[in-house]
Amino acid sequence: MSEKGLHVKIGELKSDLGLIKNLELSVGRIVEEKWAEPMGPTPFPSLTTLREWDMKLLQRYKPFYLPFCDVCCLCTFGKCDLTGGKRGACGIDMAAQQSRIVLLACCIGAATHTGHARHLVEHLIEKYGRRMPLDVGGLNIQVEAPVTRLVCGVKPETLGDLEDILDYVETQITHCLSVCHTGQEGNNLDFESKVFQVGMLDHVGMEVADIAQIAACNFPKGDPDAPLVDLGYGTVNIEKPVILCIGHNVVPSVGIIDYMKENGLDGEIEVCGLCCTAHDITRYYNRGKIIGPISWQLRFIRSGVPDVVVLDEQCIRTDALYEAQRIKAPVIVASEKNCMGLPNRTNDPADAIVEDLVSGKALGALILDPEKVGEVAVKVALKVAPLRKKFKAIPEVDEVLQKAKECRQCGDCRRACPQDLHIPEAMKVAMEGSLAKLADLYDLCVGCGRCEEACPAGLQVHSFIVKAGEKKLKEETYKVRAGRGPIQDVEIRNVGSPIVLGEIPGVVAFVGCANYPNGGLEVAEMVREFASRRYIVVTSGCAAMTAGMYRNEEGKTPYEEFTGEFTAGGLVNVGSCVANAHIAGAAIKIANIFAKRNLRANYEEIADYILNRVGAVGVAWGAYSQKAASIAAGFWRLGVPVIVGPHGIKYRRMLLGRADREEDWYVYDARTGEKVYVGPAPEHLFYAAETKEEAMVMIAKLCMRPNDTTKGRAIKLTHYIDLHKRLYGTMPEDIHRFVRTVADIPVTMKDEIVKILEEKGWKETVIPDPTLLPRLIRKKKE
Amino acid sequence: MAAEPWQTAEIPGPKKASVITKPEVVVAMIKRAQHPVLVVGHKAAEIDFDGGKLVDFVIGFAKKSGIPVVATAHMIGEFTKRGFKPAAFMPAVDIGNRLVDPSWTGVDGKGQHDLALFVGLYYYMEWTILSGLKHFAKHLKTISLDNVYHPHASWSFPNLSHEEWVKNLKVILEKV
Repeated sequence: MSEKGLHVKIGELKSDLGLIKNLELSVGRIVEEKWAEPMGPTPFPSLTTLREWDMKLLQRYKPFYLPFCDVCCLCTFGKCDLTGGKRGACGIDMAAQQSRIVLLACCIGAATHTGHARHLVEHLIEKYGRRMPLDVGGLNIQVEAPVTRLVCGVKPETLGDLEDILDYVETQITHCLSVCHTGQEGNNLDFESKVFQVGMLDHVGMEVADIAQIAACNFPKGDPDAPLVDLGYGTVNIEKPVILCIGHNVVPSVGIIDYMKENGLDGEIEVCGLCCTAHDITRYYNRGKIIGPISWQLRFIRSGVPDVVVLDEQCIRTDALYEAQRIKAPVIVASEKNCMGLPNRTNDPADAIVEDLVSGKALGALILDPEKVGEVAVKVALKVAPLRKKFKAIPEVDEVLQKAKECRQCGDCRRACPQDLHIPEAMKVAMEGSLAKLADLYDLCVGCGRCEEACPAGLQVHSFIVKAGEKKLKEETYKVRAGRGPIQDVEIRNVGSPIVLGEIPGVVAFVGCANYPNGGLEVAEMVREFASRRYIVVTSGCAAMTAGMYRNEEGKTPYEEFTGEFTAGGLVNVGSCVANAHIAGAAIKIANIFAKRNLRANYEEIADYILNRVGAVGVAWGAYSQKAASIAAGFWRLGVPVIVGPHGIKYRRMLLGRADREEDWYVYDARTGEKVYVGPAPEHLFYAAETKEEAMVMIAKLCMRPNDTTKGRAIKLTHYIDLHKRLYGTMPEDIHRFVRTVADIPVTMKDEIVKILEEKGWKETVIPDPTLLPRLIRKKKE
Repeated sequence: MAAEPWQTAEIPGPKKASVITKPEVVVAMIKRAQHPVLVVGHKAAEIDFDGGKLVDFVIGFAKKSGIPVVATAHMIGEFTKRGFKPAAFMPAVDIGNRLVDPSWTGVDGKGQHDLALFVGLYYYMEWTILSGLKHFAKHLKTISLDNVYHPHASWSFPNLSHEEWVKNLKVILEKV
């Protein structure tokens, strides 16, 4: 690993050679050659190092901009009207403005993960020391940080090594953010290239965060048999004091769990979590409970079950303090990034804070010492629980029915609802004495609470929906496999060949948040569909929880139904948001471990390999956040297409291929240097699907890659056609673009497909050794 | 006539759709167009319309007007079930992307379209696609046939009651 900032100063040195005075030597970085692989072409890439690769992608997958509004309002010249091709006061046009906003979003996302990583690394170094080895899987995981090794060209071995990597990432994110300033970049494609850059950095930041916490907190280390843990409101024992942790940074939760264990209180208190903190709680403590995704915040707090609410960072409702006050639950905020206006009690004695919180003298406290958070949270929970008696903010049925009569049927709730739910109709039925229609909305509601904000009568519409759906809420008792972290090297060796040759039809990663268009069930259905079809299915974050909130005919959740191995038909929960880096890492390791491509700072070649050979697709069905945007951007640069749900169109830009433009789909055959048509594989790089059905068909299609063998392509076509027929009721019209030779045609569909090929005037082509990089051509054209 | 976006917070900016005050406006726009296209989203199979579904109206309208239909998402199956063959089916973002390209030859190979009518997409999806077209497809006029105001279209109904909307669409069907 490298060392930086070596500085030698010699005041006076007498030697045989003479006298040396005031000599100063500064060395920016010394690379210790512990990693035998030679340094690749792009270590620590700057903003333009990989620009050429980006432009190759952007030439094929051109941006389609979808502005949210017509103006730019980022500087005091504005607002500037950008309609009709007009430029703003700074000269920017609408295309550049949209890509600038995408870059801004991705910078926020990357900074959030990297800030999280920095906090974790500093905290863990303080606790365990700089020299703590980064063991994330022993002998099973020798390539412990594939993203970092690929991007930076260094091999981190200790916690201390991660600091250097973060220095680089933070510097680059700052540069990328500076690009968003008025009067910097002016070209939309150059903005897009920087989007890719910051997305790539985001994956490094995420990887650093997760390998640090895996190593130091002893999370599962690539374990396919990581324990099945409890998921759902119904798994919480409400007879016990309950501590609810919300956010993404596990450090304060670890403080709580450690204090509980050290004081013999393990089992006396329920520790549960919402959003990614919940994942990481169960990676540390398998008696922890996951309540559910981000959208469960309001319903769970208002249920009155939590006795103490602990907030760390990211995706926390900013009104969580107010909501906790409504149920008389004290709040502890544990991150500098999220102080909620509370007094800083970090240096106060724990018992004094406890007394103030229990007596109600203080509604909450900012405590930046995780061990103190642990002590205070546990003591407060024990003392407050008997006093609160699970005081809740959700009305009883009678009250809902009575209040519903105050509804004016103005429709403002529906017009505020991101899902356009038919709330007024449900309220009308409630006015007549039935909660049935409100209960129907429970499964579709994303829990934002905008309906309540909009209601001119001040009705607690969301609480009404939760009350109506209370039976469903209480019956939420599921299992999810605790986040296992990285994929083992041996797993990659086993599946590398069938993935690259196409015999495992694809790797489908369901990631991201819970802004689902039509409820979470769709995620579980898609997961089951593709795992049953023997794709490798990977999950992370809120999507991993949602995937578990389902039972099959035998009463099994998907995590009980499918193996946790990274293999055909496996369902692999890698963990929280920052564990997304392991999904990119798996694709990289296929190129490195299976195909033996050099890893070290060899970004272009590895991305080219993945784009052309690794049939991987990301699906962020409920993506809502800037972090989801930057995660996606990291996948794009790596050549992995991402599908988002319909709300994802609000990211304001798609990266779409044009299957009808034959000229866009040529690659070099690395064997001969000839340019070969390979069809639109994969057709899109970033794409919002309108419905689950469309997404499923597209997942199967986007798994096709130019390198597929005939057997592999036939398998992939079988799935694509089968799903198309079932969900669209018809044959695909683009089969001719994916059949390269007759041997690609699935045997059972041969007659039907041959007929279509004849109608389309199809001609056989060759299967190349595909690359977009001329430098990889082995034999130059004569 | 002023109109408000269906979703209260969706404020578009200075350039907003003209409000369709009479259904005859749509008929006139269609008749004036050289090469219109109708984009139909998946909600057309869910929305009740005069005893059937919206898709049934769309089929009648397409047959009478001769406007080629693009089915998005899984709508192709709904059309096929009803014995109607759309000119094309593709994802909503794909048809949007093709409509911004002046060199695209259209769903029927007869050249780029000059008028695109939209119906049956999620509000926010149609909103953003219409915005993309407003800004990047200068050759194109757009009409939303939904019962809610779409400010990024060239022309849109205001927010209408279901009954008013059905009445309007029936007039369009009759006069097209």
